[in-house]
Amino acid sequence: MSNDKEKTEYVSYLEHQGKYKGIFSWIFTMDHKRIGLLYLYAIVALFFVGAIMGLLMRIELIAPGETIMKPQTYNGIFTVHGIIMIFMVVIPGLSVVFGNFFLPILIGAKDVAFPKLNRFSWWIYIAGCILAVASQFMKDGPPDTGWSFYAPYSTSTGTNVIMATFAAFVLGFSSILTGLNFIVTIHQLRAPGMKFFNMPLFSWAIYATAWTQLLATPIVGITLLMLIAERLFGIGFFNPDLGGDPVLFEHLFWIYSHPAVYIMILPALGIITEIIPTFCQKKIYGYKAIALSSLAIAGVGFLVWGHHMFTSGMSNQARWFFSLLTFLVAVPSAIKVFNWLATMYKGSIDMKPPFLYALAFIFLFTIGGTTGLLLGSIATNVQVHDTSFVVAHFHYIIFGGMGFAFFGAIHYWLPKMYGRMYNMRIATIAWGIIFVGFNLLYFPQFIIGMQGMPRRYFDYLPQFQTGQVISTIGGFILIIGTVIMVYNLIKGARSGEPAPANPWHGSTLEWQIPSPPSLENFDEALAIKSNPYDYE
Amino acid sequence: MSGKKMHVEAHRDDEGAKLGMWLFIFTELLLFGGLFLVYSVFRAKYPTNFHEGSLELSVTIGAINTVALLFSSMTIAMALSAIQKNNPKLSMLLIAVTLLMACVFLFNKYIEWGVKFEHGLYPGSGLMSRLDHGDLLFFSLYFFMTGLHALHIIVGIVLLAICFFKIKNGSLHSQKYVHLENGALYWHLVDLIWIFLFPLLYLIA
Repeated sequence: MSNDKEKTEYVSYLEHQGKYKGIFSWIFTMDHKRIGLLYLYAIVALFFVGAIMGLLMRIELIAPGETIMKPQTYNGIFTVHGIIMIFMVVIPGLSVVFGNFFLPILIGAKDVAFPKLNRFSWWIYIAGCILAVASQFMKDGPPDTGWSFYAPYSTSTGTNVIMATFAAFVLGFSSILTGLNFIVTIHQLRAPGMKFFNMPLFSWAIYATAWTQLLATPIVGITLLMLIAERLFGIGFFNPDLGGDPVLFEHLFWIYSHPAVYIMILPALGIITEIIPTFCQKKIYGYKAIALSSLAIAGVGFLVWGHHMFTSGMSNQARWFFSLLTFLVAVPSAIKVFNWLATMYKGSIDMKPPFLYALAFIFLFTIGGTTGLLLGSIATNVQVHDTSFVVAHFHYIIFGGMGFAFFGAIHYWLPKMYGRMYNMRIATIAWGIIFVGFNLLYFPQFIIGMQGMPRRYFDYLPQFQTGQVISTIGGFILIIGTVIMVYNLIKGARSGEPAPANPWHGSTLEWQIPSPPSLENFDEALAIKSNPYDYE
Repeated sequence: MSGKKMHVEAHRDDEGAKLGMWLFIFTELLLFGGLFLVYSVFRAKYPTNFHEGSLELSVTIGAINTVALLFSSMTIAMALSAIQKNNPKLSMLLIAVTLLMACVFLFNKYIEWGVKFEHGLYPGSGLMSRLDHGDLLFFSLYFFMTGLHALHIIVGIVLLAICFFKIKNGSLHSQKYVHLENGALYWHLVDLIWIFLFPLLYLIA
């Protein structure tokens, strides 16, 4: 009730004692901030599980032939790596952690619109995670279809596909409910005086993301249900032996899963848009263009799924149309990049770790984006389809984009979330290691991909070994950097210096309240600025 | 903490709750939208099998069910008006009629499916696997779509039954009826989907 004028006493949300005590005060919490932290812990843990699997794949690929695992194990590991990273880490990632924690604060609300539903989404998220992780250990062995569950292989393989797809369905349901909650929150709970175009741009990004979650996820939901029914009853929607159509599965799958890429990246773009004006102490350049470009990306993003299927059998008209739309979606993304750069121009730039992550983001996102255009043009796509070029491209977008935005966001907001500050010097060193490791890991994959190294292969020709070795070394450097970063953050959150309310001199609402925030976020009403990035 | 309200209980926003329900209805429509897409693809691929398949279905039972659902949509809308006009007794009666119609629908569905099961026509049966590709897909879609719809009917029954008991114990009344409003919205959705399923499966031949 943002219009409640009554003043309340300050109680840190971390220390508040409600109806439940101890661990239950977290499991049964309806506080959006606590739920955000719960998601954070789950996602960091799952990220490391996925990252270790990635590292195992890198070790396997350090030399041709069998190095540390059998081919079937390798198939299981790349599938599980994909399922964990995509469905449990990057798709929910930013919106459930930082959206939950900061969306209500940024728009001056005391919580999300449906706190109980929010708690329910968190519970089914955990249920989905348990199902997915369990599917790896059941007796039929981990699924080996890749995270995309392509039919007809997924309808005939003997591994645990049903449980893994059902887990993806459950996680999708959680995603839909979170999106629904955020849309209603933004419509109904903005503080009095805050119009849509007075909102901070992270809220705009979350708004666009939430619509994508809401409208795209049901399609994959029904597709996965059809796949399960097909496996249980031999129906044959997607099996050509029974009259079905495997390309239809690919269409239905990507109708969701391409917009899902924007579910991952839009909040990341929003976070970078928050970090840059704060560390340049300058009003954001082109507020409306950035806000509307989020919606444009979400809108056009619904219509480009066919570019995953240029080699799957589509008419030529369909192919050039999808290619054209793919190029179009680059325009609003580039608008954002230009506006960020224009914001930095003549700003008083402060090279703190969050800003370094934002800079790295722009660099990596640009490489990922432009290689995306190479993949979006039909001729080159046919050349590099299903090679490690594609793997490098989407890791630059997903890890270099969403991942670095996540790291930037946690460095930016940790003092607000825990009321403590991390060690700035270690954070900067960790950033350097991560940046170098990341590029060493993925850049060689562009090159060997261009030369013909297929993705998802257990073995390769000796000519690719140099690239693979560099890539594996990069993988180790990256994981070392990540461990240092996480260690530094945990240490900071537990025992760092107490952080002031506004350590970065930010101008948005979260910096006007104490660190950590009070239980109800705002103990007294704050004045709403017409431009949230108004620096004196 | 003195004088501090629990922030969650104090919150009430009927407009927000309705907006949330409408958004949820969008997602349900898209869920079935995926199925309609699959239906149209296979209908275009196997037109004659789909034609023959639809002749196998009983238009009479389908029509009775359509009337039952349309009637129930009317009664649930009237139940909402009744509670708004502060007449809980009438509202409860109308919800009961709605639930009765829903049970009629499910009973008919049971009869319809039962006959097919007796003939050995059900997903995973030996007969199904010997059918033509087009026939197999038609009946698979028939069972999948009507099955998923029946599941939604059951969810709707639960929601409306909860509203019934809420009126009975007085927690749903003329000043606070958003639960019933949302329940009714959901019920209209279930009805609407049937309005599409009925012609697609039974009538277009």
